[in-house]
Amino acid sequence: MTAMSLAERIDPLMRPQAVHRDLYTSQDIYRLEMRHLFRNTWVYVGHDSQVPNKGDYYTTQVGDQPVIMVRHVDNEVKVLHNRCPHKGTKIVIDRSGNTGKFFRCPYHAWSFKTDGCLLAIPLKKGYEGTGFDQSEAAGGMASVGAVENYRGFVFARLAEDGIGFHEYFGGSLSSFDNMVDRSPEGRLIVSGQPLRYMHKCNWKMLVENQTDTCHPMVAHESSAGTAVKIWEEMEKPEGAPKPPAMEIIAPFMSPYEFFENMGIRTWPNGHGHTGVHHSIHSDYSAVPGYFEALSATHGEERAKTILGENRHNTVYFPNIMIKGPIQQLRNFIPLAADRTLVESWIFRLAGAPDELVARTAMYNRMINAPTSMVGHDDLEMYERAQEGMASDGLEWVNVQRLYEDGENLEEEAVLNGTTERQMRNQFHAWRKFMLWGENQSGAAAMQRPEAAE
Amino acid sequence: MNDVMTAEATRGTAAQEIADFVHDEAWLLDDGRFTEWLDLWTPEGIYWMPLDWKQQDAVHETSLLHEDQFMLRLRVERLNGARTFSQKPKSRCHHVLNRPRVLELGEDRAKVVTQMHYVETRLDEQFLLAVTVTHDLVRQDGRWKMALKRVDLLNSDAAFGNIQLLP
Repeated sequence: MTAMSLAERIDPLMRPQAVHRDLYTSQDIYRLEMRHLFRNTWVYVGHDSQVPNKGDYYTTQVGDQPVIMVRHVDNEVKVLHNRCPHKGTKIVIDRSGNTGKFFRCPYHAWSFKTDGCLLAIPLKKGYEGTGFDQSEAAGGMASVGAVENYRGFVFARLAEDGIGFHEYFGGSLSSFDNMVDRSPEGRLIVSGQPLRYMHKCNWKMLVENQTDTCHPMVAHESSAGTAVKIWEEMEKPEGAPKPPAMEIIAPFMSPYEFFENMGIRTWPNGHGHTGVHHSIHSDYSAVPGYFEALSATHGEERAKTILGENRHNTVYFPNIMIKGPIQQLRNFIPLAADRTLVESWIFRLAGAPDELVARTAMYNRMINAPTSMVGHDDLEMYERAQEGMASDGLEWVNVQRLYEDGENLEEEAVLNGTTERQMRNQFHAWRKFMLWGENQSGAAAMQRPEAAE
Repeated sequence: MNDVMTAEATRGTAAQEIADFVHDEAWLLDDGRFTEWLDLWTPEGIYWMPLDWKQQDAVHETSLLHEDQFMLRLRVERLNGARTFSQKPKSRCHHVLNRPRVLELGEDRAKVVTQMHYVETRLDEQFLLAVTVTHDLVRQDGRWKMALKRVDLLNSDAAFGNIQLLP
């Protein structure tokens, strides 16, 4: 085994216009992503409306780390590692609940305040004179490195030190702002349970697909194209309103030109969005009473500006996407190099008519469910790619569309909507945060992976 | 034969008819006769598969499916389409039914609940779903039709891969 720096390990796998398939297929690379990328970046945990009351908790994972998001007695949302400092037992196993004023481990009844501090140990005198105060366990449940609750959306950085939240997200927070500003009360509330959809593919394929505007009219012809055909063939009165399903599915068949003109904006650190000028969400019919409610809060001009923004998919690197105009958030949770759990959440706009969340729920089930016709073809493509990459015939994945020599991914840019710049932007950020804090000269050397990888 | 016995005999026949309907419906799905299956619905009929255990609100929360006749027709035509990539090759399904329990039975309305095991396969993959299916039936033009088919998955909160056909 030869000592090798992390940069020496990953740099041969990256070119400006292509990435090596190991980034998708290697379990070694996956483990490095968990240890570095998902520690150094700000990763989405959950929404604070999932834990409205003190003691409410929600369990999930940040990268491969099991965590608990909990509402502390001071009303702050804390994010703790879901691990008893004693023997390692997960403190809570259910997905959500209320723990009251403290957590109690079910194994030996060690208890902890909801900020993680050790509260009590039964028969504590057994630790007297053992130097327990100096032990790691005496510190209680471990907190993540840093937490930020941005307008209800809770993010964690696992690493103690690293890039600040606002520096990391920068201008991309405008997509969250627009989504939340659409509520007349400036607040979103999670509605119902998330779709949970298992994908036998690498998590990055899903993130890349969010700004892949050259696939809808091809991969989704069987659903969107057939919908358009059925609607045209149906006997119906002149000017009959389209069924809601048509409003949601048919825009997927829009021609290339539509997607070229919609535009893509990229921000530094891997964030970006489609739908700068218009999007597939632009032509949704108005819901009675909504504009009036929003105008009552913001005034008509401001309400028009808020609703005039029709961003399609905003990627928050590394692994979520939001749709501001319909209040949806998708979380691409990496389980292994070839396994990703996709959770699709929807939100109610506080103070807005119910019809809006009804449309959002419809979108979610029509497009992103394991039972969705659109989802079926997407998953088929990802899994075919995951299987195809086993081939040694070719080893590189191309991300070259509308590549420009010397493009500066540390700068915000707005481009043709079919560019793959956002994918390149993600890989640029991938390298940056894989290596964040590493001494690239090789001082923080790692072991060369097994030859079998 | 007195009146009570006549009524009960008729009831028995009607209950049998309902049970037959449930079996025949599953048979059409297993046989891939989806276009014929569409004829079993009322024009306003809804196929609902909740996402949450005992879900009450089908509209303001996410469901796995909540589809009207336009969507079901789209689903069926898509299954038959030439560029339906996730159906190359096609999936197959198989229902095993417990005895249908008729919960309500009137002249033109019935409610029946049936526990089923549903198996779907494609290529080397096969999965099993334990489902409780509730049919709300109405009699139209002398035939029973589905006004609502509610399919509750025992593990509705689990993460699934593609479920491409219809339990």
